[in-house]
Amino acid sequence: MNLDIKTPMREMTFSQAINDAIRLEMRRDPSVIIMGEDIAGAAGRAHLGFVDAWGGVLRATRGLITEFGPERVLDTPISEMGFVGAAVGAAMAGLRPIVEIMFVDLIGCCYDQIMNQAAKMHYMMGGQIQLPLVFRIPFGIHGGRRSYGGGAGAQHSQTLYSIMAHIPGLKVVVPSMAYNAKGLTIAAIRDNGPVIVMEHKFLGSAAKGTVPEDSYTVPIGHAEVVRNGRDVTLCGIGRMTHVCLDAAERLAGTGIDAEVVDVLTLAPLDEATILSSVRRTRRLVVVDEDTPTASMARDIAARVADKAFDWLDAPVKTVTPPDTPVPFAAVLEANYVPQSEEVVAVVRELLG
Amino acid sequence: MTLYLHQPRSMPTIGAHKSLTRDKLLWIYGRMTLIREFEERLKWLVETGLPAGPIHLYVGQEAVAVGVCAVLEVTDWIASTHRGHGHCIAKGVDVSRMMAELYGKSTGTNHGKGGSMHITDVRVGMLGVNPIVGMGVTHAVGAALAAKIRRTSQVAAAFFGDGAASTGAIHEAMNLASIWKLPVMFVCENNGYADATPVEYAVASRNISDRAAAYEMPGVTVDGQDVFAVWEAAHAAVHRARSGQGPTLIECKTYRYYGHHQGDNPLRYRTQEEEQLARNRDCIKRFRDKVIQEGLLQAADLDAIDESNHALLNEAVAFAESSPLPDPGELHTNVYVTEPR
Repeated sequence: MNLDIKTPMREMTFSQAINDAIRLEMRRDPSVIIMGEDIAGAAGRAHLGFVDAWGGVLRATRGLITEFGPERVLDTPISEMGFVGAAVGAAMAGLRPIVEIMFVDLIGCCYDQIMNQAAKMHYMMGGQIQLPLVFRIPFGIHGGRRSYGGGAGAQHSQTLYSIMAHIPGLKVVVPSMAYNAKGLTIAAIRDNGPVIVMEHKFLGSAAKGTVPEDSYTVPIGHAEVVRNGRDVTLCGIGRMTHVCLDAAERLAGTGIDAEVVDVLTLAPLDEATILSSVRRTRRLVVVDEDTPTASMARDIAARVADKAFDWLDAPVKTVTPPDTPVPFAAVLEANYVPQSEEVVAVVRELLG
Repeated sequence: MTLYLHQPRSMPTIGAHKSLTRDKLLWIYGRMTLIREFEERLKWLVETGLPAGPIHLYVGQEAVAVGVCAVLEVTDWIASTHRGHGHCIAKGVDVSRMMAELYGKSTGTNHGKGGSMHITDVRVGMLGVNPIVGMGVTHAVGAALAAKIRRTSQVAAAFFGDGAASTGAIHEAMNLASIWKLPVMFVCENNGYADATPVEYAVASRNISDRAAAYEMPGVTVDGQDVFAVWEAAHAAVHRARSGQGPTLIECKTYRYYGHHQGDNPLRYRTQEEEQLARNRDCIKRFRDKVIQEGLLQAADLDAIDESNHALLNEAVAFAESSPLPDPGELHTNVYVTEPR
């Protein structure tokens, strides 16, 4: 990465790292604006002493309005189709908008603006426009300190990034730790096309790390080997990278040496890093929080089956939720989300 | 049957035709007739075998695009609908490059990657023909937001139809524009039909402009077949927008002479009498009669424009026909704005 070794570091959460990224980019470039529902809160109530009531539903935008004012930190009404469309138009007309969609479950309200408008503009207009536009989209099961127990149910717990990675023209990144959350967010803001940054709700406060205070980018389109191993490759996305790392620890205790690849960018996918890992370990398990039909997990599995077949010693496996909506009751939800025990069991079976 | 022509709650005209310069009058006539000529030529080309994909002809509605664009600068923005050729020409997109686009040629406005429903030319402020009904309006609002934040004097005009008037996007866009006081005008082209669905069936209010009241912006209904009436309303709206007072909704009651798309037979949902009634009020004919009657322009001035339009279209077709096809490799370019490293 493009870091000076002496750069000052600070411990921050995943959400604080994203906040930091946005703040630095807004300082650097006056054309960067941010808009969304309650990204500040108490809009228009400054005269009563109310400012920044929420700072975003996950507090990722707290403090931005006090530094940059309501013209660049725009609280919107609940009208995703309208303000996402306005962001598309503003991007065509010279701004670099960041849009927060409160939860991925709400993209049905503005999906046309994402998949028909933002994604295709540059291509169908013959390259005559740039569309510097970032969608920040919290997703997943918010499990407090556990990996489940969010209890937000079928319409506030989904993952759904596969339906965005599916659309040509969209870049989709899924940070997993505070460090890459900041670096990928800055890279997304500096990209001249639409980039979707999927932010796992659980990681928002749970993932802490020591992060450089200065600006840096983590390049879009690169996966990262976050643990080296010889016997099996575990591919994780977002919070599932932590599940993979946990599973790898457990496996190490039984003499199995697992490598963990953090996918980080779903589109365009870094096939090379995944293939090169699988060619060394000869086995692959993809762990994904999205439902499996037409998913990233199966897409990665299919690419590896196609391009690394001769290296494989075992069938490619995926660990995912079932094809069901997310249930409410904690006992059902726990059965829904992939757990490291499940990953361990699958790996043992492969090596059995 | 409540057609536009019967009792539009029209703004009284204040004699706009007299306050316009000779050059502006010539420009208005030239643009309206160029749109007409382009669309009629295209219709003929498609009927005789040009594979131009689905096309939606603007014939009959020329006064709306031209009346609005007559008050805009080249740096101002417009967002368009699926029926967008007229908006493009009124905003100054080159007809040769438009025709080349319809031929799928590399010299087209979009290098052959867009087609009729995506013609765009941001150099003249044309943000795109957009066939997902209602969506383009939000882009105009975004362009207006950019103008406000960047403190330019630009304004944006959002064209949409009576069909789009019932989409959520329009209502969200009008609300946003009003609470943020954005320099934008919403221009509803009520041509009486959304595809094959009559407006009196699909729209709950008698005038679409009535809906402006819900968003605390002025709303007017004008005769969309009278370019001077459209110009007056747009002139007031653009003044309001540029002076920071926010948006305006202008409903232009107009008529499309042909079907929804090329090949649609409108006589399956409307009468010949109604069509004739609309054609009797043709915007080009009325303009011509008025300016000649009042001695503002001579018939010879207008005939010369007709001839030059005809020549322009000959040139456009020749340019399109002789232009090269896109390189097959172009399939893969422009997917991402910033190519992955």
